[in-house]
Amino acid sequence: MAVDTTVNSAPRASIWNDPRGRAIIYQVLVVGGVVLMFWYLISNTMENLQNQQIASGFGFLDREAGFEISESLIDFSAASNYGSAFLVGILNTFKVSVLGIAIATILGILIGIARLSSNWLVAKLAMSYVELLRNIPLLLQLFFWYGVITVSLPGPREAINPLPGVFLSNRGFKVPVPEAHFAFTMAGVALVIGVIATYVVMRWAKARQARTGQPFPMLAAGAGLIVGLPVLAWLLGGAPTTLDMPELGRFRFTGGITLTPEFAALLFGLATYTAAFIAEIVRSGILAVSYGQTEAASALGLRKGLVLRLVVLPQALRVIIPPTTSQYLNLTKNSSLAVAIGYPDLVHVGNTTLNQTGQAIEAISIFMAVYLSLSLAISAFMNWYNQRIALVER
Amino acid sequence: MMIKSMLVAATALVAFGAAAPAFAGESLDAIRERGSLICGVNTGLSGFSAPDSEGVYAGLDVDVCHAVAAAILGDASAVEFVALTAQQRFTALQSGEVDILSRNTTWTLTRDTALGLNFAGVTFYDGQGFMVPKELGVTSALELSGATVCVQPGTTTELNLADYFRANDMDFDAVVIESFEEVNAAYFAGRCDVYTTDASGLASIRSTVAPNPDDHVILPELISKEPLGPVVRHGDDEFFDIVKWVVFALIEAEEKGITQANVEEMLGSDDPTIARLLGSTEGMGEALGLSEDWAYNAISAVGNYGEIFERHVGVDTSLGLERGINDLWTRGGLMYAMPAR
Repeated sequence: MAVDTTVNSAPRASIWNDPRGRAIIYQVLVVGGVVLMFWYLISNTMENLQNQQIASGFGFLDREAGFEISESLIDFSAASNYGSAFLVGILNTFKVSVLGIAIATILGILIGIARLSSNWLVAKLAMSYVELLRNIPLLLQLFFWYGVITVSLPGPREAINPLPGVFLSNRGFKVPVPEAHFAFTMAGVALVIGVIATYVVMRWAKARQARTGQPFPMLAAGAGLIVGLPVLAWLLGGAPTTLDMPELGRFRFTGGITLTPEFAALLFGLATYTAAFIAEIVRSGILAVSYGQTEAASALGLRKGLVLRLVVLPQALRVIIPPTTSQYLNLTKNSSLAVAIGYPDLVHVGNTTLNQTGQAIEAISIFMAVYLSLSLAISAFMNWYNQRIALVER
Repeated sequence: MMIKSMLVAATALVAFGAAAPAFAGESLDAIRERGSLICGVNTGLSGFSAPDSEGVYAGLDVDVCHAVAAAILGDASAVEFVALTAQQRFTALQSGEVDILSRNTTWTLTRDTALGLNFAGVTFYDGQGFMVPKELGVTSALELSGATVCVQPGTTTELNLADYFRANDMDFDAVVIESFEEVNAAYFAGRCDVYTTDASGLASIRSTVAPNPDDHVILPELISKEPLGPVVRHGDDEFFDIVKWVVFALIEAEEKGITQANVEEMLGSDDPTIARLLGSTEGMGEALGLSEDWAYNAISAVGNYGEIFERHVGVDTSLGLERGINDLWTRGGLMYAMPAR
C-alpha cells in the first residue's frame, strides 16, 4: 500500500520511465515477435508447399505402408497402413526405453555404491567403468556392441547351443517358450494377484512393526505369494510342459522367442551408458548425506546394510531423483540412435515413411509430438515421485 | 548419418519458410549467376558416383552432371557435388539445396507427382536383385522363404522386397539399416542371408566391398523395374527441358557415332541430324535457351552415352556389366533419344 501512495502522489511519470510499464511493453513486444515469426514460418511453408504442388496433411497415414518391420509388439505386415507403422515404432521406442531405464537404474545404483566401497579393487573397477562408458560417444558404443554381436557370434548353422533349445548366433538369442495353454494364463493372473497381495501384506507388516516392534518374515511371505501362487495355478491347470522349441530351418530358427541383435545391442548400449551417469548421481547423492548420519545410525546399532537402506539412501534420494529424471529423458531420446543399427524404433520407421511418402514436415511433427509426450510423461511421474519422497519436516 | 538426415530435414523446414522466392522457376538463372551447377550424388556407389583416391567424384551419375554443366555453362568442371543419402535426397532437391539430383534414383509415379519432382529421362535401366553367399547353395530367389534380408530403408527396394515375398507367399525377416557402410558390414558379417538392392549396385558392392567376391552370387531373378535417371524439382520447365535434352543428346551421339575423340571433326559432318545436334546448323541451342554449342560441349566433356557406360560400369570395369537393356534401341536395348529438330 505504501508503494501505491508514493506513486500516486508523485507527478505521473511517462510510461517509459515506469519500470512496470516498461516490463509490460517489452513482454508484449517479445510475445508478439515470437507469434509473428511462427506465423510467418508456417504460412510461408504452406504457401511454398502449395507452389511446388507437394501434398501436405496427415491423410497419408491411412495409405498402405508396403514395407515390413522386423520386430513389432502388435500385428504388422506390409499390408498395414502408415499409421500402424508409426504405432509399431512408438511401441518399440517405448519398449526399449522402459527396459533401458529399469536396467540402467539397477546397474547405476550398484555401481554408484561400488564407487564408494572401502574395497580398493571394487571402487577402482567401478570408477573405470564410469570413466570409460561416459566418455565414449554413445553412437560408437552402439556400433561396437552391434559389431561384437554380429561379428563374434557364429552363424545360425553353427549356433552355440549351451542348453537344449537355447541357441546363440548372430541372428540373435533364441529360447524356447512354453506352448500357449490355459494354465499359463491362470499363472499370469496368479502372479499379478501375488504381487498385489505382497504389497498389501508388506504395508500391514510395516504398520504392525511400527506399532508393536514385532518384525514379520516378509521375505518368505513375499516369495511364497509371488512364486507359490503362479506355480499353484499352473499345477491346478494340469501342469503342461510342452515347450515351443526353436528349430533350425533352411535359413533360420523357427519357434521359440528371439532377442534380436539390434534390440540387444541398443538396449545394452543405452543401459550401460546411462548407468555410468546414474552411478555418478547416486554417488553424489550418498556423499551429500552428512557422515554424522551414518555414525549416528551405527551408534544405534544398525548393521552396515541397514544404515545404507534405512538412513542414508532415503535422504540421498532427495538429491538423486531430479538429475536422474534428466538421465531417463536422455535415455529415451537417445533411443533414436537405433536408426544406426537397424532397430525399428519411431525414428527408424518414421524416416522410412518420410522417404516413401515425402511428408517430411508431418513425419517430423509426429516425432516431436511423441518424444515430447513421452518426456513429459516421464517428467510428470518423476516429479510426483520426487514430491512423495521429499523430506517431511517435523 | 541419422543426425545428418535429420539436419537436412530440419533445414528443409526452415528453408521452406525462408527461401520462398527461389522457387519462381529460376533454377537456370541461379546456376548462371553462381557459375556452377550443384549436383546431388550418392555418398559412394562405385561406378555411379563415388569419390576416387583424390576425393574427386566419378561415375555414370556424376558424368550426367558434368554434361549438364558443360551444356549450360560451357565448363564441365563447374559442378559442386553434394553427397546425399537415400533419405536426404528428395528434401535436398525440394528445398533448393541442390539443382539436380543424379543419384541412381528410380522414376516412380508418386515421386514424379506428390514429391514435386520431374524425372528428366533414364540413364540406366536397372532391376532389383538378390545377392547370397555361395555356400547357402541357393539358385533362385523363390527358395528364399524364411531368409533374413539386409536392405537400406526408404528406397523402392524396401517396398519391392515386401511386394515380392508377399506375392510369392514367402516370409522373411528384414534387417533395415540406414547407412550404406553399416548395411554392407551387417551382410558380410553374416547377419543376413540375403542382400538386396539394384542389380548394378549388387555388382558394385560385390566387386568393391566383398572380402572375396567369388564367395557371393547374384541370383538371376530381377524383381522390379528400376529406371534410374536425373531429377529436377517442379517449377522450372526451362531447366527441366535442358537436362532432358542433354541426356537425349548423349544417347543420340552414340547412335550417330559421335564420340569424345571425333566430336571436333563431326562439326563438319554432312549428316543434317549431326549438324543440328552439334550446332553447325543453328536453332536447337536457341530453342533451349543455350548457346548453339551446348551438345558439342557436353559430348566433348564426357563422351557419348556408350562411352560413359563403358568407362564406369562396362565389362572392362570392376563392375563388369553387359550393356543388356541399356544398349541402344537399334541394337535391341531401350536407349532411345527423341529427335533433335
